[in-house]
Amino acid sequence: MRGEQTVSRALGWLAAIGLAGGLVMAFAVAPREITQGNVQRIMYLHVPTVLVAYLAFAVVLVASIAYLWRRDPAADRLAHASAEVGVLFTGLTICAGAIWGKPTWGTWWTWDARLTSVAILFVMYLGYLLLRGMIEERERAARYAAVLGIVAALDIPLVHFSVYWWRTLHQPPSLLKPGPATMSQGILAALLVNIVAFALLYVYFVAKRTAVLRREEEALA
Amino acid sequence: MTYARRAWIVLWKDAVTERRAKATLNALLFFSLLLLFVFQFTLGADRERLVAALPGLLWLSFVLTGLVGLGRAFLVERENDCWDGLLLAPGDKSAIYLGKVAGNLILMLIVEAILLALFAVFFNVDIGRALPALGLILPLGTIGFAAVGTLFAAMTAHVRAREVLFPVLLLPVQVPVLLGAVKATEAALAGEPLGAVGHWLQLLAAADVVYLVAGLLTFDALLEG
Repeated sequence: MRGEQTVSRALGWLAAIGLAGGLVMAFAVAPREITQGNVQRIMYLHVPTVLVAYLAFAVVLVASIAYLWRRDPAADRLAHASAEVGVLFTGLTICAGAIWGKPTWGTWWTWDARLTSVAILFVMYLGYLLLRGMIEERERAARYAAVLGIVAALDIPLVHFSVYWWRTLHQPPSLLKPGPATMSQGILAALLVNIVAFALLYVYFVAKRTAVLRREEEALA
Repeated sequence: MTYARRAWIVLWKDAVTERRAKATLNALLFFSLLLLFVFQFTLGADRERLVAALPGLLWLSFVLTGLVGLGRAFLVERENDCWDGLLLAPGDKSAIYLGKVAGNLILMLIVEAILLALFAVFFNVDIGRALPALGLILPLGTIGFAAVGTLFAAMTAHVRAREVLFPVLLLPVQVPVLLGAVKATEAALAGEPLGAVGHWLQLLAAADVVYLVAGLLTFDALLEG
């Protein structure tokens, strides 16, 4: 118990330091992008959150398979926590993207391929959390959620291809490709620092959430 | 008893129940007729507009009737302890899933064929030339829908707020199937060769395989109770 708390506290501090470093990199070190100006700095939030969201859903898949195989409640808690954090980060990605889209594309939302596939991911895993919320018995919720977690993850490549063909065969992506074609060193470094920082934040959130879920189960048992 | 025979028995049992009670099919046919009315009223009498939107309207009506029909797939099993009977069935439980998918697939294809005829008559469109292509596209799109729909119907049968949860879970997952089916139907109705939408047909086939395999592998975990 004690050791676990120390680890999670250390993770929290690491994430906080990483995020602070990311802010400094994003606002002070990275150069101002020529065409878009300061708005482009939203990328340092937008790209890390979407990458971490994909990571989170991959963890849901692995944990779901592990649960159905071993029936270990720990795997279920990991899937649950990871899905929650994944939905949070997907939501952040969409919000940050909308704020970025308004000044650069002139619209909050457009049915572009990548926007659409992230939006579908968002509602899919929101449904996953909804299903969990609707079932009282812990064991049944774990089994059903594991099945949904597997089907949803297998659906991601299908969604990706279908939405890509649906959109990009009809309109050229010239307008919808923000950012510079090649990244300068400063921009790349700032992006990498932020990706690491958000990944640490994800690990910290999941560690905290799984601990809370375990306490809940112990309290109910 | 072989695997195929056990799947067949589930299918046969559901077919007999349906033939005697006529509960689902009649209601679904009536529902699809009403959908035609609704489309007509909401989109207006402008034939051009209806025909332009036809591929989308067709699949919208398939999906809506599918949501109503598939959601019921496991409800019959909840009465008279039939669920326990399914649990006690010997051998691999995925045979039950396969039987249920086949039953739902047949049910949906019947409704789809009738809907297609109704659309052709009431909206005065000539679908004769597109029929061979549609004969491929409809089953390709429906297998994926039935595979996930059956799995999620088993999942939501025991959950409260089932009526809301079933479509909420099913619709996002079905986006690839829906996109592919509508695009392929669009091309078929426009008289284009199927080769032009080959990539969509491949996607539909891939989705069918992925969903069926996922369903076969995970159904056991849902049936436990």
